[in-house]
Amino acid sequence: MNPRTHFRLVVLYVLVGALLLVLLGRLWTLQVLDGERYASIAAQNRTRDIVVPAVRGMILDDRGRPLARNQSSLVVSVDRTALARQEDGGEAVLRRLGKVLGLGYDDIQQKIRLCSPTVERPCWPGSPYQPIPVQDDTDPRAALQIMERKEDFPGVTAQIQPNRVYPAPHGATAVQTLGYLQPITEEEMAEREGIKVTGYSAVDLVGRAGLEAEYDEALRGEAGYRRVLVDSQGRVTGIAEEQPPKPGYHLVTSIDAEVQGAAEKALKEGIDAARRNGSPADSGAAVVMDVQTGRLIATASYPSYDPSVWTGGITQKKYDALLGEKSNNPLISRVTQGMGPPGSTFKVSSVAAAIRAGYDLHGTYNCPGSYMVGSRAFNNFQGANLGTMNLHTALVKSCDTIFYKFAHEMWIRNGGKNAPLDAKNPMVETARDFGFGSRTGVDLPAESEGRIPDAKWKREYWEATKDASCKHAKTGYPNVAKTDPARAAYLKQVAHENCAEGMVWRAGDAANLSIGQGNVMVTPLQLVRAYAALANGGKMHTPRIGVAVVRPDGSVVRKIDAPEPTELPVDDKVLAYMRDALADVPKEGTAAGAFNGFDLKRVPVGGKTGTAERWGQEDMSWFASFGPTKDPRYAVVAMVSQGGFGASTSGVIVRNIWEAMYGTKDREPILDDGRLPTEVPRMPAAQGAAP
Amino acid sequence: MITGSKAGTVEGYATRPRWRGRLAALRGLDWPLCVSVLALSVIGALLVRSATFHSLVEQGQDPNGFVKRHALNMLIGFALGAVVSLLDYRLLRAYVPILYGLACAGLVAVLTPLGATINGSHSWIVIGGGFQMQPSEFAKVGLVVLLAMILGEPRDGEIGPGTRDILFALVLAGVPAALILMQPDLGTTLVFIAVVFGMLVISGTRKRWIFGLVGGAAFAIFSVWFFGLLEDYQIDRFTAFLDPDADPRGAGYNARQSRIAVGSGGWDGQGLFQGEQTSGNFVPEQQTDFIFTVAGEELGFIGGAAIVLLIGVVLWRGLRIATQAADLFGTLVATGVVCWFGYQAFQNIGMTVGLMPITGLPLPFVSYGGSATFANMIGFGLLQAVHLRRRPFD
Repeated sequence: MNPRTHFRLVVLYVLVGALLLVLLGRLWTLQVLDGERYASIAAQNRTRDIVVPAVRGMILDDRGRPLARNQSSLVVSVDRTALARQEDGGEAVLRRLGKVLGLGYDDIQQKIRLCSPTVERPCWPGSPYQPIPVQDDTDPRAALQIMERKEDFPGVTAQIQPNRVYPAPHGATAVQTLGYLQPITEEEMAEREGIKVTGYSAVDLVGRAGLEAEYDEALRGEAGYRRVLVDSQGRVTGIAEEQPPKPGYHLVTSIDAEVQGAAEKALKEGIDAARRNGSPADSGAAVVMDVQTGRLIATASYPSYDPSVWTGGITQKKYDALLGEKSNNPLISRVTQGMGPPGSTFKVSSVAAAIRAGYDLHGTYNCPGSYMVGSRAFNNFQGANLGTMNLHTALVKSCDTIFYKFAHEMWIRNGGKNAPLDAKNPMVETARDFGFGSRTGVDLPAESEGRIPDAKWKREYWEATKDASCKHAKTGYPNVAKTDPARAAYLKQVAHENCAEGMVWRAGDAANLSIGQGNVMVTPLQLVRAYAALANGGKMHTPRIGVAVVRPDGSVVRKIDAPEPTELPVDDKVLAYMRDALADVPKEGTAAGAFNGFDLKRVPVGGKTGTAERWGQEDMSWFASFGPTKDPRYAVVAMVSQGGFGASTSGVIVRNIWEAMYGTKDREPILDDGRLPTEVPRMPAAQGAAP
Repeated sequence: MITGSKAGTVEGYATRPRWRGRLAALRGLDWPLCVSVLALSVIGALLVRSATFHSLVEQGQDPNGFVKRHALNMLIGFALGAVVSLLDYRLLRAYVPILYGLACAGLVAVLTPLGATINGSHSWIVIGGGFQMQPSEFAKVGLVVLLAMILGEPRDGEIGPGTRDILFALVLAGVPAALILMQPDLGTTLVFIAVVFGMLVISGTRKRWIFGLVGGAAFAIFSVWFFGLLEDYQIDRFTAFLDPDADPRGAGYNARQSRIAVGSGGWDGQGLFQGEQTSGNFVPEQQTDFIFTVAGEELGFIGGAAIVLLIGVVLWRGLRIATQAADLFGTLVATGVVCWFGYQAFQNIGMTVGLMPITGLPLPFVSYGGSATFANMIGFGLLQAVHLRRRPFD
């Protein structure tokens, strides 16, 4: 062998040895030095955490009938991140999917785009990293097609998922009280403790209104997770670790589906009737309260809507329909947020105020057709002169002038226009004692506080509006004048008065308040609570709908107790006197027509009509009642905005609710021997059966 | 390098009756080489089983189907190797033109409609009856013998091949290399380059030739890069090699997954057949090109290093055979085989541990394969053949 070859072979020996050493060194660093790090990467590589959503608890009525429950359905979802990874951004997959599901490509695109202020609904308000449901009542055959041809549908999953449904037993939709669910936002998710939804997970929904929102924490349960072993294709090969979800608790409410259904029906019929009579009757509410406990038995609100619009991503059109002026905001509960002057139903407060101010409960008072407050005549309803009467008759016949006089005299006693801002005003104080002007504290997330106007409020209001008032006082209302010069002139005068002395609590303001007119604002819930207190002898309850939080097996987690009722600072004798008077209203008073034919002997109901005037609108119709008068159990209030007379519209609604509860000759009563169950009901059978 | 005690055995091989000589040849075999190759083959078979077991179960097929076929391939391969080792390698010279012609014909056939694409590389000829062959594997054998013939017979007075020989060798090697590059199979082409270069160097070619070729290669690489002659996927693979995490689901996927699999093996591995990365099929082609990831994960550093060392033994014995060969032809045949195995092993293990960019090449003796196993065994047989006829004294 020549030396050159020999030498070069030696070099090759060295080279081979060096390369092998390099390999060994690399293996050493990779496996021995970095081995643990790679082992943990490998573990992540092999596992996926899947959040297993908890089944949401049901909302049940007082007998355990579900008002909100879950229905299993096949949900087809699309994973945006998986689509984005595809060459065409997933277009081909979505087009195939659309064909299988019977949806257009654009429909799916819209459902999975992310919501932002500039994006119209339908859009996805949740996390972009979780699969977005595109259809949640998928035909099982279509779902099977997708699952069998996974390779054709990368990024698409079909799985069984519980859907929230509101079965409306006995017509009890109670949509505004129950509320609705919407996907959780990323911010909410970040705030939430416990398992965070990441990667693959089902939709996480959050209560957005009503009881669904108020009791969300109890209802939603706790998500579990499943750490699954996956292969390179993402196919699940086994389960490494599992923490099962804790199902949500059920919420037992005091709502009685049958009474609720009857109240909704009566409200709807009442509004339809008012419309037939030419009233706009744009909205209304009916509410039933247990006077002994303050629990709400029925809460009906009009206008209403079909809660199934929420499932599967709401479209912009449907969402607009729910929010728009045209639809008159069916999402808002008129029970807790519908407000207006209560009219004569307010007189129970005024009578109590008069007695507190020193007037004789058993005195006789003159009820002329009109009463001069300063320079302005305040008239009785339709200007009738009813002669001399006691307070009993004043309530039964709904005399106004007696209350004007009370208010005017109290106003003078306080110092008239020059009364100090914080002067004691028995009318205002008593109204506040009856719970008007502040929130009732009901277990619902949204509630209006209403308004009891007084000197202080007037000054604040004036300060906020004087600039505009004073401007209009000078320039008038040229735009209005073009079409309606008389109205423009009136408005200019009002503006002038408001500008000049709008800060003053005038006698007219006091007079208006005494009969529940003008700036006083009351919600049906406040009114029903006031009448419940009148009926139960002066206990002011905090209204409650939730009765108990129970486990799926029926055992009670906690009872929902309202705070101890506060005592209404009104003498029992006064309350008894008023109850007695109101008992005659349906018999011979302003509601006699509405209660014509009602079996008052069997079910003695007391009540008060209210017809509140509002500028530029038709009258607001009220009826507040309680019964049975000897042993009061329930208070029922109805309100219809622009519904006409209190007696004719709301009176009939209330009468129909009483008849539904206690039955008539032709109608089985809802209440067994006049009572509703007080025990926590037994749980219905397990929910969420296979579709 | 002195094995005087065995010299007697070899001394009389030409004078004894042929069959006796061949029988006696068994004692003259390079046994460490035999043992290493056998060990690598057994380890390879076990790893092939582990790599294919789960996916075969999943597909509802015989979970040992792959390993059975692999065992059959190995048996045929050993037989081929045995036949080759008993041949007088010097007689091969007579058959070189035929071998070369067959190899080129096979490579041309691949590019015709006879060719088939399997696992993304268009380097197969389907023979029928479920059999297919990869001519480029056999072309490696042809190349080694061809170059040994051309470069192994310097003119009198010269110690290395002359210019004409070198040019002739480059042209003849270039034809199959170009055909393979057209498949395209960059990995095998690189093996060709390694073999040609190694054999040129060892044949005693003058330095100016060697430096000239290195310079030419560098220029070629530069122009290929500069003029964008590489396929997109090749560029992606190269970028992925430089930064495997750049595109973890695309081009970098293999690099990343194989590193994870090997790294997670740790010191002593997850245990044979216990690898979860392996059973989850996270690394594609893990029974062929990425077989070493299975070893890395399941056998750990101990097992991986053992494979590297066994290959080291093969290369060491191969170089030793080259050094002891009876003539330059024998030296070059052994050198060619060493360069072939050495480069391919380094490239293969290197890519699984992130040292080299990814090019599809099997790990000699370990990876699953038919043509590759046969070719490797023939190469092994060539080493033994040269060894059996080594110089009496050295």
